[in-house]
Amino acid sequence: MLLINPSTYVAAFIFLLVMGFVFTGILESYSQAPQDASPAIAFFQYFAVPVMFMVPLLTMKCLAEERRTGTIETLFTAPVTTTEVVLGKFGAAYGLYMTLWIATGGFFYVLRRFSGDPHLLDLGPLLGGYLFIAVSGLLFIAIGVLASSFARNQAVAGILCFAMLFLLIFVGGYYLPDASWLNSDALHPLKTAVDYAQIFQHREDFTRGVVDTRQLLFYLSGTVLALIFSILSVEARHMHS
Amino acid sequence: MPAPLPPAIEVSRLVKSYAGMTAVDDISFTVARGEVLGFLGPNGAGKSTTMRILTGYLPATSGSVSICGYPVATQPDEIKRRVGYMPENNPLPGDMRVSEYLYFRGRLKEVHRRKLGPRLDEVLELCDLKRVRHSIIGRLSKGYRQRVGIAEAILAEPPVIIMDEPTIGLDPHQILIVRDLFAGLRGRMTVIISSHILAEIEVTCDRVLILNRGRVVAQGAPAALRREILGLTTYRLEIAGDAARLTALLVAFDPMLRVARQEEPDADGFRKVTLTTERAEELGEPLLRALLSQNLRVRALSRAQPTLEDLFLAATRRSWDTVDKK
Repeated sequence: MLLINPSTYVAAFIFLLVMGFVFTGILESYSQAPQDASPAIAFFQYFAVPVMFMVPLLTMKCLAEERRTGTIETLFTAPVTTTEVVLGKFGAAYGLYMTLWIATGGFFYVLRRFSGDPHLLDLGPLLGGYLFIAVSGLLFIAIGVLASSFARNQAVAGILCFAMLFLLIFVGGYYLPDASWLNSDALHPLKTAVDYAQIFQHREDFTRGVVDTRQLLFYLSGTVLALIFSILSVEARHMHS
Repeated sequence: MPAPLPPAIEVSRLVKSYAGMTAVDDISFTVARGEVLGFLGPNGAGKSTTMRILTGYLPATSGSVSICGYPVATQPDEIKRRVGYMPENNPLPGDMRVSEYLYFRGRLKEVHRRKLGPRLDEVLELCDLKRVRHSIIGRLSKGYRQRVGIAEAILAEPPVIIMDEPTIGLDPHQILIVRDLFAGLRGRMTVIISSHILAEIEVTCDRVLILNRGRVVAQGAPAALRREILGLTTYRLEIAGDAARLTALLVAFDPMLRVARQEEPDADGFRKVTLTTERAEELGEPLLRALLSQNLRVRALSRAQPTLEDLFLAATRRSWDTVDKK
């Protein structure tokens, strides 16, 4: 369904267009003044922008649309389990998400080909950056699938997904770590949790080559949890419908 | 001697209640292999709910359902392999092509890749879909979409097929095609169809189950049901002459014959009279002789076949009466 639908290609085009502009923007700033970080590091700093838009676009339809058109009924009367359906939807969306990100690798190839300067293309941060995208993508897509399992309307699913990602990435990553009210002893467990969920910090570590198993575990366990909730949500809905 | 095969569908004391409302209330029935059963009932009678429980899509509140000997509650996977289901309103993905959709569904239903190609051609042929196999489903007319749904249901050659209102929204010509399709399936597959189009059920089904307010109010072959529920035979007369003489004649002719309704005479002096009797045998000819011997002018005499419609109304009214008495 994902590959048949024209909206997928529109989303892919827009994604590559936006990322292309980001990349040219970075290169322009390099041409004007020397910078400390390699272009790869700068490029992945902008990961949150496409994530916030692409993930809802890719995942909002997956379960909500089935429910709205009623095809969920034919789907679940075929010999498949809910787990298989949810994992299938997740896998498809994740596959497409990663394909799009891998396509941005072409930017770096073009840069290397035409600049002829190997210093501009630092392989370490590049691989670290893509590894971060791959691992965090699991969690983001799982959140999208979860949002889609809640709603019947795909716009609602998309907005819900956007809101959840916004909370996770920006509120968790920017505001809460600095919030002083979290420093009291009573809220200590919460503070620890917030400290783990600093996605911008994770990205920095990954691009620097520090792959911490705690961070991997954070994404993997988050993914598993979101998928389990999606399965439960789908099952609960058709039991009580 | 091998053990006899279990019936295709066995439902006993099935109850389904939603929050505060009972949709299906203690339904029991069995369907033999190869039988075509029709569910008949007004909207909200519990037809769709019963079908959804049969397919394993909805869990039942209590009671048991088994298909080909497998209980639905504990072995949903076995059930899903044995049932082809077309839901109400026939949901289809609008942006896939017919052949793509059927291929996808076939793979989902565990039809082997090598067998699927020939089977697909066979089903497309059977449902007369060859011309549109590469069309996008969303652009097809309702009749085609309905046939895509039917093709999908019979694709994996399941022993049991359940279709919720398969002929709704079709024009008479398309209904005929769909009806022929069912006739072709008869004997090979067990089929349950629901409808509130009565003529439809009458032609296609071996047996009818009339549901109302979640209960089975009548079941049997359409002809047997007629006798059982209506019990009366109706004659329609168009007659001119003295009304008093007619009444006297009827009493003399057969005391069981009653005048159910009498209309005012029209411009030519003819009245329409409806007579009912509990006798099953044909009274037309002797009645006509008796009327003519009394010099009553008869323009028309016919024995009215009670339609399934009358039957349906009578059966559902009967169940309302019983419900109200409680």
